[in-house]
Amino acid sequence: MLSRFARQLAVPVYNGVLHPTRATSSIAHTIKVAHKIDETREKALLGGGKKRIAAQHARGKLTARERVDLLLDKNTFREYDMFAEHTCSDFGMQKEKYPGDSVVTGRGEINGRTVFVFSQDFTVFGGSLSSIHAKKIVKIMREAMLVGAPVIGLNDSGGARIQEGVESLAGYADIFQENVLASGVVPQISLIMGPCAGGAVYSPALTDFTFMVRDTSYLFITGPDVVKAVTNEEVTQEELGGAKTHTVTSGVAHGAFDNDVDALMSLRELFNYLPLSNTDASPVRAAEDPWDRSVPSLDTVVPLESTAAYNMKDVVHALVDEGDFFEIMPDYAKNLVIGFARMNGRTVGIVGNNPKFAAGCLDINSSVKGARFVRFCDAFNIPLITLVDVPGFLPGTSQEYGGIIRHGAKLLYAFAEATVPKITIITRKAFGGAYDVMSSKHLRGDINYAWPTAEVAVMGAKGAVSILFRNDKEHAAQHEEEYTELFSNPFPAAVRGFVDDIIVPSETRKKVCEDLNMLESKSLKNPWKKHGNIPL
Amino acid sequence: MLRAASNVRAVVNRGIATAAATRPGIPLDEREGKEIYTTIQIDHDEPKFDKILIANRGEIACRVIKTAKAMGIKTVAVHSDVDSNSLHVKMADEAVCVGEAPTAKSYLRADRILQAVEDTGAQAVHPGYGFLSENTKFAAQLEAAGAKFIGPNSKAILDMGDKIHSKKIATAARVNMIPGFDGEIADEDICVKVSREIGYPVMIKASAGGGGKGMRVAWNDKQAREGFRLSKQEAASSFGDDRMLVEKFIDNPRHIEMQVLCDKHGNALWLNERECSIQRRNQKVIEEAPSSFVPPEMRQAMGEQAVQLAKAVGYDSAGTVEFLVDSQRNFYFLEMNTRLQVEHPITECITGIDIVQQMLRVAYGHALPLTQKQVPLNGWAFESRVYAEDPYKGFGLPSVGRLSKYVEPRHVEGVRCDSGIREGSEISIYYDPLICKLVTHGDNREQALNRMADALDNYVIRGVTHNIPLLRDIVQEKRFRSGNITTKYLTEVYPEGFQGASLSPSEQDTVIATAAALNARKLARANQYLNQQRQRSTHVASFSKAYKFVAALPAKEGEKPVEHAVEVTFVNGDPNQAQVNIGGKVIDIKGNANLALPVNQLVVNGEEVTTQIVGKRAGEITILYKGTPFKVKVLPEQAVNYLQYMKEKAKVDLSTVVLSPMPGAIKNVNVKPGDLVSEGQQLVVMEAMKMQNSLHAGKTGRVKAVNVKVGATVDEGEVLVELE
Repeated sequence: MLSRFARQLAVPVYNGVLHPTRATSSIAHTIKVAHKIDETREKALLGGGKKRIAAQHARGKLTARERVDLLLDKNTFREYDMFAEHTCSDFGMQKEKYPGDSVVTGRGEINGRTVFVFSQDFTVFGGSLSSIHAKKIVKIMREAMLVGAPVIGLNDSGGARIQEGVESLAGYADIFQENVLASGVVPQISLIMGPCAGGAVYSPALTDFTFMVRDTSYLFITGPDVVKAVTNEEVTQEELGGAKTHTVTSGVAHGAFDNDVDALMSLRELFNYLPLSNTDASPVRAAEDPWDRSVPSLDTVVPLESTAAYNMKDVVHALVDEGDFFEIMPDYAKNLVIGFARMNGRTVGIVGNNPKFAAGCLDINSSVKGARFVRFCDAFNIPLITLVDVPGFLPGTSQEYGGIIRHGAKLLYAFAEATVPKITIITRKAFGGAYDVMSSKHLRGDINYAWPTAEVAVMGAKGAVSILFRNDKEHAAQHEEEYTELFSNPFPAAVRGFVDDIIVPSETRKKVCEDLNMLESKSLKNPWKKHGNIPL
Repeated sequence: MLRAASNVRAVVNRGIATAAATRPGIPLDEREGKEIYTTIQIDHDEPKFDKILIANRGEIACRVIKTAKAMGIKTVAVHSDVDSNSLHVKMADEAVCVGEAPTAKSYLRADRILQAVEDTGAQAVHPGYGFLSENTKFAAQLEAAGAKFIGPNSKAILDMGDKIHSKKIATAARVNMIPGFDGEIADEDICVKVSREIGYPVMIKASAGGGGKGMRVAWNDKQAREGFRLSKQEAASSFGDDRMLVEKFIDNPRHIEMQVLCDKHGNALWLNERECSIQRRNQKVIEEAPSSFVPPEMRQAMGEQAVQLAKAVGYDSAGTVEFLVDSQRNFYFLEMNTRLQVEHPITECITGIDIVQQMLRVAYGHALPLTQKQVPLNGWAFESRVYAEDPYKGFGLPSVGRLSKYVEPRHVEGVRCDSGIREGSEISIYYDPLICKLVTHGDNREQALNRMADALDNYVIRGVTHNIPLLRDIVQEKRFRSGNITTKYLTEVYPEGFQGASLSPSEQDTVIATAAALNARKLARANQYLNQQRQRSTHVASFSKAYKFVAALPAKEGEKPVEHAVEVTFVNGDPNQAQVNIGGKVIDIKGNANLALPVNQLVVNGEEVTTQIVGKRAGEITILYKGTPFKVKVLPEQAVNYLQYMKEKAKVDLSTVVLSPMPGAIKNVNVKPGDLVSEGQQLVVMEAMKMQNSLHAGKTGRVKAVNVKVGATVDEGEVLVELE
């Protein structure tokens, strides 16, 4: 069959029969090469072959190329290194080569904006990481940093290419190094769509966001067999490193999706919120939701009873454009809500204590969750909107032994360090050290509002009275009433200028949108340093 | 201890009423749909109460306050602590907190309400419906304290409130009666014996019952026993009176009731009938007035019998005489409700009479200002009860939540919305889950129904599950449209329970096309960055390119969804003119498809379609079409090859667990771990919104764990009992 490439060369062909004369030998060679290019390309497109593709499908998974196809705008994928091959010659590996090896790399567009992608191909050597596999990934990461465009990694790999030995380990390290250099330069997102074990897990861990696909993806340092051998602990893959484990218990992953299609479509949504690099402003999109829309439901969202719970997500959904909120880590440390939304078309990062869970307190997990998100937003110029209803840090031995001081300090550090526009709304409680931490005026908050229900104080009435009047227990009720009268309102903070204004909740959206416009030209720099020393 | 006096709070009256009045001294008329009240005008020179207290909450409290305001009467609201911010409190001139959230600790506390009457100097009390509306002890205490009860006299309430006694009086007043057992049923055995004598099916009901509570139909001995037990318990907790009776259950019945209005001067009028046949579990869903089944002479006969009964008991307020009507148009007396009915607005629509206004006048001592001949019958009216409940579970299981977005369709012509909530209100487990009484009025049945459909399509409710999908489906259903309805309508038309609207092929195209057009708009907008110019795309997008999708409607259980190739283009790049090609069929969609609007008014192939976007996740647009939300998958065209590989998520086997179907409180736990139970055996009884629900074992087996105790409050979906 005449190949596409051969046709383009416009080589004369006589009924497909070429005469082996001296004059035509170079022509024959050219055509042979053209055929070979086409053949190789076709082979590359098939990855590990039809049988393995069928097996991949049978597991409910898409192939590496199908995933790229769905992730990117149609016809925008430009592949790199399709002809790359592994260089291993041990264990008979030289006989088994696949063009492109076990990863598909390249660039494309998501809603018209450039993104670099690598997608590990489980059908080729189980997606294992060879030296050339690593080089392909490193190449696109370097290019991404050069032009300032995000990197999305679709992970589906059995681990190191054991046949290559230490070459494979070097490959991992090269990727880790590149991940670290790219951190804070371009957004990096990992989507775990199959196994990801051993050293491989550290690349996703170094990226900004890690997502998983339910029931088909696993992340662990060592699998169940090794765990059994070492600790005699019986555990399934799913329990050890499934999507539920990492989105609910460990906090390693930032979210999970039902299947490949859902995951890839959701990633496109997330991508729309992000700037391409640290030199780009937070994206502003044409907005249809009126910026000055009054939000009556916010006037009643905080319950009358000051100890009653409410869902801070109700506040978020009501406040932001069209109620669209891309929540990050929705199932982990639910006492703090984080995620991306838009205000008058501009991407903002939302951080909010959620009184619905653990009274909205700050504990180890929520502090770490919040700190990492705040730092991401700050690195990529995304303004922060902080919704405060926090009764304090969670007391107790488990928290103290776990190092709440060190972990709580991370959130404090992150907010204090951030130079992006910071708008804070105290909806109800802002007690003690947690008040300071939650993007307070004292941490260079640009605009700090209080709702009429705000209570800014060192602690709640009961606790305060038990210390202040420890010798006057009989009049405790009376003192509590006095304390409540004095401190359980926004005035003490407002008279000192710690909040800029006390606002009607239904007007919050309008005010915040105005403030964000005003803060667009905010320019603030931290003192020069090699880097700070965040209490890790 | 709560001292009522210290809780009296004067609500700041911003003076809107007087400022906007047309003539000094005439208060602003803010009654719902006030333009319908044409028959009797408010006479501002007539003596009246200065101040009344409304011993109720929610929509009915708001309803009474509005008429009182229009008449220039000051109002006092009572409320529980959780209701402090609610609409009826805001609307009243004064408000008194009478206790905690549970009704038994607040709205049913006659002593505290009496105290509030004394503290505020209210001259009369309107009880609304439910709560203390038929409590004669309260009425008597009120009269003793020198305040008027805005309702019938205590003797009339007593006579009619007791079903056994009321039957005797009705028989004497020559009202048509249903065959049944004349007396109280002492226990299960007698219940079974009497039921057999009358012949199944029978209706077992509480003597003091009403509103569907404490009543059950039994078709055999087993059901008679269970029905008796449950109804008796319910009666005891709801009414504090657990006397039971049994009567013949009429097959294929219609529920038609006659509104009466009487005064203290011996005048009694009938204000035409209401048909309330669309019911589930004996609670009304949609009512209409008049009934399409009632010819003028029958109306006359029913009206006259209702008035005979009212006169026989010396009735002197607004009341309702309920009849069961069989297919031969025989009507039988059911009971008399000695209160303002929930569905009174439809009677107001067709008669032009403000029934609350007349209740206030009559209670003051005035005579009715018109004769029977002057009672009009204008057009047709429907009432849809919009409830916070899940219509897919037994036609409506209560749900709770916060109305995160809420817009009533008041802009639709002929619409009246009686509600007591607003955006941000909480629907709690403590009270009736009624969101709104949506009333439409038209020149004829057809017009009123069309307006109802339109109003339901324009109704925006987010944050709680509601029954609009069911209401909207009924409104367009052929049998309902024809007027051929009985009280068994729902179970006959939806034998498998309500499954959501089913779409005709052309309606399917409309839904898919609309979702695809909205998704194209969403994608086009996703390309419109105002400040991301650095990495410029060479693929010019926005509204000038074609969007190719694969779209699918959700499949029925066990079926694969059918995927359609869809192409969306925008005519001349105009975002408000989409053209959708579904497999060669071209569908034009015009109109503002702004994704931020709560309601989108579109024209699809020349036909007006009102839709709401209720969700737009990645690859999935959820739109409301004719009341039902449809989750339409809209994915890039290449996904068509990939969807087949995606696996169904395994479902949890529900036969081994008993889940709480709604939020509520556990009333009874009948098993303990280790017990052997048979399929269908009652395991747990839970109470929510004052309804008792028995939860049964899904299979025969041993009880593994019981996770709840009596008295515990549980959320929807909580595992109550686990079987091995």
